[in-house]
Amino acid sequence: MKVLKGIGYALALPVILVLIWWASTLGETNFFVPTPGVLAEKFAETWFGERILSDVLPSIGRLIVGVVSAIIIGIVAGLLIGSFKWLRDLTEPVLEFFRAIPPPVLVPVLMLLMGITDGMKVVVIISGCVWPVLLNTIEGVRAIDGVLSDSAHTYGIGGWARVKYLVLPSAGPQIMAGVRQCLSIGLILMVISEMFASSSGLGFTIVQFQRSFAIPEMWSGIVVLGLIGVAMSFIFQFTERRILRWYHGLREVENAA
Amino acid sequence: MQPDTTPAPAGKTLPANEAMLSVRGMKKVYKTDGGDIEAVRNLTFDLRAGELACLVGPSGSGKTTLLKCIAGLMAPTEGEVLLNGTKVVGPPKKMAVVFQEYGRSLFPWMRVRENVELPLKNQGVPKAERDRLVDDALEAVGLAHVPQSYPWQLSGGMQQRVAIARAVAYQPEVLLMDEPFAAVDAQTRADLEDLIRTVWKKLGVTVLFVTHDIDESVYLGQRVIILSSSPTVIQEDLDIDLPDERDQLNTRALPRFTELRHHVYEQIQLAKAGHRPAAATQA
Repeated sequence: MKVLKGIGYALALPVILVLIWWASTLGETNFFVPTPGVLAEKFAETWFGERILSDVLPSIGRLIVGVVSAIIIGIVAGLLIGSFKWLRDLTEPVLEFFRAIPPPVLVPVLMLLMGITDGMKVVVIISGCVWPVLLNTIEGVRAIDGVLSDSAHTYGIGGWARVKYLVLPSAGPQIMAGVRQCLSIGLILMVISEMFASSSGLGFTIVQFQRSFAIPEMWSGIVVLGLIGVAMSFIFQFTERRILRWYHGLREVENAA
Repeated sequence: MQPDTTPAPAGKTLPANEAMLSVRGMKKVYKTDGGDIEAVRNLTFDLRAGELACLVGPSGSGKTTLLKCIAGLMAPTEGEVLLNGTKVVGPPKKMAVVFQEYGRSLFPWMRVRENVELPLKNQGVPKAERDRLVDDALEAVGLAHVPQSYPWQLSGGMQQRVAIARAVAYQPEVLLMDEPFAAVDAQTRADLEDLIRTVWKKLGVTVLFVTHDIDESVYLGQRVIILSSSPTVIQEDLDIDLPDERDQLNTRALPRFTELRHHVYEQIQLAKAGHRPAAATQA
């Protein structure tokens, strides 16, 4: 019953929005605004065929590789930079510099250096996704409670054990906040990396439809992107609830007090 | 009480082979942007193996500083700490610390049992022995029924019991406690005081118990070391000649308890008023 209620709440607003859209496009003849029926038809026609294999899955694959790499790089580098002050002093100006560069401007440069390859697209995704994870991890590592750190120290918990039992869990909430941002940036960069000189992928396909005035198809591609975003968000929330169960519980207790 | 080589001889010292823990001429100066702050001027005392000593002093008398130096979390500016004759340079293996802030000393992402088990796991104690030690420790502090709870699901007093269980399971030779009951309510506090006496007797561990509570120090300790106000020296090192069996009602009703309490209270008041022991003023 509770589950049904949850699903009901989750679906209510989308259904209402589609109804509004349907009502406002009744008798509409604008070429650029398809009706829900047309869009649904084109959606099935366009995406439930070979495009899944040729465009959608490769794009999602690059997105996953890029995002996962960015998370790993961000956490590892963040642990190191957050743990050593000298490393922080050394890297801070450089990090600020690279962080300020908008990843889309890297696309032409990387294209020249790496060619139009999967590797190039993955690097574009990493170059944008790594920052929220990295910076949040650094902050999370630096914010470890002094008493907790002393406790671990007095019980001889150091080195890798300290990272595993103290640093990572303690920085967990911050890291997950970074990962959340990283996912949405990843989706944007996945599309952008495919918009220049590509020959496949979701971004390429959408641009292609746009240029050939296949407007309902173009809209359906945008819907695919939105659905990928929703799926990512659900997977994230599911994972986050498991990893940070203690944190949500602790917050509830603190708020109740 | 006779002066020896150190300038502030108020703390009791023992021959080297009898002392479990020795603090020798400890001085701690914090360097800050606003100038140096001398938290501890000169402390010298020894603890016998198996002794339960309380360290009491006015607030701001550098109690926590002293404890952190003993625990190896901080290096003294001058002087040294010896554990079994070995100089302390980092947290010694055979020492456990219970902090005042129970809410910040337990790992909130671990359940009670995991918290108690972690130091042992980290030392590579075999699983079977670990389980036995953890069970015994939880049993000893009266928490055998909540091993699967998270610390933050428990009351403050229970959380501090978990921290004590963790220290007990670790089987230390020296147990340092930094105002462990300052943040729990009075009734829980009385229970926890008795718990400490019980655990101490059962394990034969050497305990240094830091507190600002005069009654608590007299009730718990075999000895009370009174600190002066900052910069800290030892005001007095007092033996507590109360019977070994103590309980909250009868011990606290003894005339001798009242006398001792009265004496410690006076010394603390003197310390707050800026009075310093003769030896220290000469130094």
